[in-house]
Amino acid sequence: MSELEQIASDAVKLATSRGATDAECTLSEGEEFSAGVRMREIENLTQAGSRGAGIRVLVGKCSGSSYTSDLSRAGIESMVRSALELAKITTEDPFAGMPEEFGKVETDLRLYDGAIAQMESEWKIAQAREAEQAALAADPRIQNSEGAGFTSYLGTRVLANSRGFLGSYRTSSCGLSVTPVAKSNGSMERDYWYSSARAARGLESAESVGKRAAERALRRLNPRKIATQKAPVIFEPRTARALLGDVFGAVNGSAIYRQASFLAGKLGERVASGLLTVIDDATMPGLFGTSPFDDEGVVSRRTTVIERGVLKNYLLNTYSARKLGMKSTGNASRGLSGNAGVGPGNFYIEKGFLAPEKMIGEVRAGLYVTELIGTAANAVTGDYSSGAAGLWIDGGELAYPVSEITIAGNLKRMLMDVVEIGADLDFRGSIAAPSLLIREMTISGH
Amino acid sequence: MGLAGSFFADRFGIFERDLQRYLNEAMSAGGEYADLYFEFLSTASISVDEGIIKSATEGVTLGVGVRVIAGERTGYAYSDDLSPERILKAARVAALIARGPASVVKSGFEDARPHNLYPMLRAPHEMGLAERVDLVRRADHSARAYDPRVFQVQATYADSLRHVLIATSEGRLSFDRQPMARMSVTALARRDGGAPQSGHSGGGGRVALDFFLNQKTPEHFAREAARQAIVQLDAVEAPAGEMTVVLGPGWPGILLHEAVGHGLEADFNRKGVSAFSGRVGQQVASPLCTVIDDGTIGNRRGSLNVDDEGMPTQHNVLIEKGILRGYLQDQLSSRLMHSQSTGSGRRESYQQIPMPRMTNTFMLAGESDPEEIIRSVPKGIYCTTFGGGQVDITSGNFVFAASESYLIEDGKLTRPLRGATLVGNGPEALKYVSMVGCDLELDEGIGVCSKEGQHVPVGVGIPTLKIDKMTVGGTAP
Repeated sequence: MSELEQIASDAVKLATSRGATDAECTLSEGEEFSAGVRMREIENLTQAGSRGAGIRVLVGKCSGSSYTSDLSRAGIESMVRSALELAKITTEDPFAGMPEEFGKVETDLRLYDGAIAQMESEWKIAQAREAEQAALAADPRIQNSEGAGFTSYLGTRVLANSRGFLGSYRTSSCGLSVTPVAKSNGSMERDYWYSSARAARGLESAESVGKRAAERALRRLNPRKIATQKAPVIFEPRTARALLGDVFGAVNGSAIYRQASFLAGKLGERVASGLLTVIDDATMPGLFGTSPFDDEGVVSRRTTVIERGVLKNYLLNTYSARKLGMKSTGNASRGLSGNAGVGPGNFYIEKGFLAPEKMIGEVRAGLYVTELIGTAANAVTGDYSSGAAGLWIDGGELAYPVSEITIAGNLKRMLMDVVEIGADLDFRGSIAAPSLLIREMTISGH
Repeated sequence: MGLAGSFFADRFGIFERDLQRYLNEAMSAGGEYADLYFEFLSTASISVDEGIIKSATEGVTLGVGVRVIAGERTGYAYSDDLSPERILKAARVAALIARGPASVVKSGFEDARPHNLYPMLRAPHEMGLAERVDLVRRADHSARAYDPRVFQVQATYADSLRHVLIATSEGRLSFDRQPMARMSVTALARRDGGAPQSGHSGGGGRVALDFFLNQKTPEHFAREAARQAIVQLDAVEAPAGEMTVVLGPGWPGILLHEAVGHGLEADFNRKGVSAFSGRVGQQVASPLCTVIDDGTIGNRRGSLNVDDEGMPTQHNVLIEKGILRGYLQDQLSSRLMHSQSTGSGRRESYQQIPMPRMTNTFMLAGESDPEEIIRSVPKGIYCTTFGGGQVDITSGNFVFAASESYLIEDGKLTRPLRGATLVGNGPEALKYVSMVGCDLELDEGIGVCSKEGQHVPVGVGIPTLKIDKMTVGGTAP
């Protein structure tokens, strides 16, 4: 047993010996590195590690939780005492409790790559420098930059509970990003591009990240504000992913049992275009939403959420599943403090067949959205309104940049109105989507 | 007041000679400046949900961050263990940013003279559990009693107490005890068989629990959340396009935070990447607008006795009668821009590098009667409650999301509107301010500002404002 596993098991034993009916303890340990480079010089360098523990206890059907950054014996004792004390003030909740079944995916999920631990600081700094240089060299209109960064992270997660579950896994990740600033004719615009991966070899080259960022910033220069109108909208993968994140909020079991979602009570019904299939899969090797078990020790799995437009499943932790008379989908998610919420595994839209250029080619006049800011998506009603920037599509081609506009609609309608899905799905985080063409939204300009 | 008798001396045996030793190690490879930020944070929260006390949590975190500045370069490391070996190790790692002979650290410390903006005998955290349970139960009852159509209520009371100790290589020593407490309530309402609508409310500040007994009660926040949810039951689609926008007093001041506040943070301006870069002395708003960032208001959520670099906070004029006056400065940017810190260096925790941030950002009151402002609008919208907002500081485009607003027709409020975002451009938007009310209010104390992944508590405020032209992102033509 590792040191961390021992601490977690001991905390659970201590809690049950002091009167807890059940207990679960989660521990995390991480080492971070981050280097920032700006205008070819190192701007900042951070290296450090930290640890923390969290415990949830049940005394009958009452629960209490606490956390600490002090993993000494005294620190853990104090954490356990505090959780037990808090369990005295919570109300008995018949739905509270541990999962019925525990488990782990036993195959290698490729969450940890030792090569990241071996990376030299100098090399990481050089990567950031190279990415920024590629952006600065791309075009004379790029003379400034908000900088480039390289980050790496090595972590360990441990979960132990009073039902005999003990699991731990290591993760690694690295990421490279750059944000160039383009300037021309009194217009100044920035954009960014990034690459991130669990394994060192999954990272895109510094040169391609820099060039891509430069292209994105350049194409935003001298934007126009367009007239208010209804028009088709294409979300590119980066913005489609944000939109899918808003959909996650509506299939989240915690929102469902409170009836705080426009998808509550819609299981088995047609809620989206027949083209749309949405999956949550925490077992895909090497991805950011992957783990052998969820944060309650329930085995990770693949869940079909929407299948060809029909709502098949909600995403549930143990508590929301019990409230709904269903079974957990292994989506419990918690930090160190509090009760488990519901979080995504790899939550994604299955890719379609069209190349993005083909999708653009199908639009006579419409908006290609490359950035969303200040999005207001109401999971209760589905109302959706967001600041946006992008490119105007004229006659099937990207014609000119537009900004200082909003796009608005209702998620219920937007899901039904997906008329094309791109083939360009890639996983840069735990939520991923290919390009999406939505038949019509309200674009507000002047 | 010296270090002896302070929290970190008492509890962890940290004295001036230790600080001196760590700072010497941090400057062992040169550099112009180094600082240490010790933080002990205890938090507690309790929630009522579906009528029962469903969760209660407490926790503590402890750590120290060591920073070294050499020119434009910053080296940073932290430790969650306060043993001398671990702090010295962090100091050595941070020192790697500089390459040269050791720099001299000023010997001996002077206590910074901080304000005393949130004195209290008992921190919220030291109050009994039963009192906190009572607060959330009262909120739950009150929201449900407001209207039979309210069917779901969640109410949370959360408080924290942060002890900090900041020591710099220039001999500045500061410590502070920073309380924070907040209540928040969410209510869902629906008509028989109809679609639900939600309402949210919350507030607090650097206050003790008795603030919620005597000043802003759980009933106050609960009724407000329930009222918003009920209003939304009759809301119609918001309009789309450019129109006159009237902002109500208080929380709609998030406009200033997004439209000008972030763009005036010195780091962006030092780098020349803000839409406001190089515009000090220029007109960036209507002459009716004077915008202040003030970290010295007693008990406010955004206030601090000292910033997270140990500098006393200040009353900073950002825009005076429409003219841009200055930026929000921290140690690094003020050094490089040959300016002074404005007490605006903030960080989320010991794990992060400080940067220039806002505290409480507001506009001074004008002379117009708020009702007269609404009467002057033939067609437009009146917004009283907002969700969040965001800004692209380079283009200056910003967005903020109205969650409660009304259509104005012929000078009268007619129908409530569904949620919609408002979009504008920072250096331009405030030029269209044509009336400023006499009713300045600060928000209730619920704001969280996010920048580069770091979250810090802030406040905002405005009087009623009329903006002649702004783009509203609704769906109705």
